[in-house]
Amino acid sequence: MLETYLPILLTFAAAVGFAVVATFSSEWFGPQTPNPEKHSTYESGVKPLGTTKDRVSIKYYMVAMLFIIFDLEVVFVYPWATEFGTLFGEHGVAAFWSMMIFLIVFEFGYLYAYKKGGFKWA
Amino acid sequence: MTLASVLFYFFATIAVAGGVLMVTRKNPVHAVLFLVLNFAGVAGVYLVLNAQFIAVVQIIVYAGAIMVLFLFVIMLLKLGGEESVFARQPFVKTLSIVIAALIGAQLTYVFFFAAPDKGTMVDMETGVYPGTVKAIAETLYTKYLLPFEAVGFTLVAATVGALVIGKKKLED
Repeated sequence: MLETYLPILLTFAAAVGFAVVATFSSEWFGPQTPNPEKHSTYESGVKPLGTTKDRVSIKYYMVAMLFIIFDLEVVFVYPWATEFGTLFGEHGVAAFWSMMIFLIVFEFGYLYAYKKGGFKWA
Repeated sequence: MTLASVLFYFFATIAVAGGVLMVTRKNPVHAVLFLVLNFAGVAGVYLVLNAQFIAVVQIIVYAGAIMVLFLFVIMLLKLGGEESVFARQPFVKTLSIVIAALIGAQLTYVFFFAAPDKGTMVDMETGVYPGTVKAIAETLYTKYLLPFEAVGFTLVAATVGALVIGKKKLED
């Protein structure tokens, strides 16, 4: 049973391996000649002013909230998409339309957000 | 040791380490990132327990969306120079230790004394079937079709609510 996850494990190992190698290979293989100028935030740039932990605009939060709603939609589409072959065999086009009605209803929320400028940066 | 138990201990270690590192970080953003690691470990444990749907939802919703919200809340609140809650109210520390000890005792009782063999006797293939993607798909789009379509309306309501509350000025 668990052996069927081997491809996922391999993909995961490749992802982690790539991340580690890409992050650290320049440190491992590149020549190291450190000096204070190199370690400043921007070489020949402006010294950082103030703190970086400042408050950000609430607009970002709007994006996050809309993202959550669309994320939840994905949760409902996911079992349908993976089992569509079986569902279609058992129930025919009803299996297709069950999701389409859900998506059409959901699209009204999307249209509302689009119309009310929910995706605009203002 | 079987492959399942090796994987269980692997993911459980990740989850516990992520949890411990999360509560001990001073920087809240680092704490959130370790919480993501904890969620990933828990998702792995779900996968070992054959609950694929919960594992996928754990990644999509918790490690994805909920963590984005956590990060945004931290960014919106300007946390910094925060005094430890224990320093301000010493009794909170005692209280939290007591609560943690009670939960620990309860879990120890449930795992080792309440029914030590009943939990492990269940056949995994049949025991977890109702939680698999297949079982959910078989019932959600047929037997529970109406509640499923109603969820669509709930999500529309959530979209409208988020925009009305969060947006300063709605366009026409």
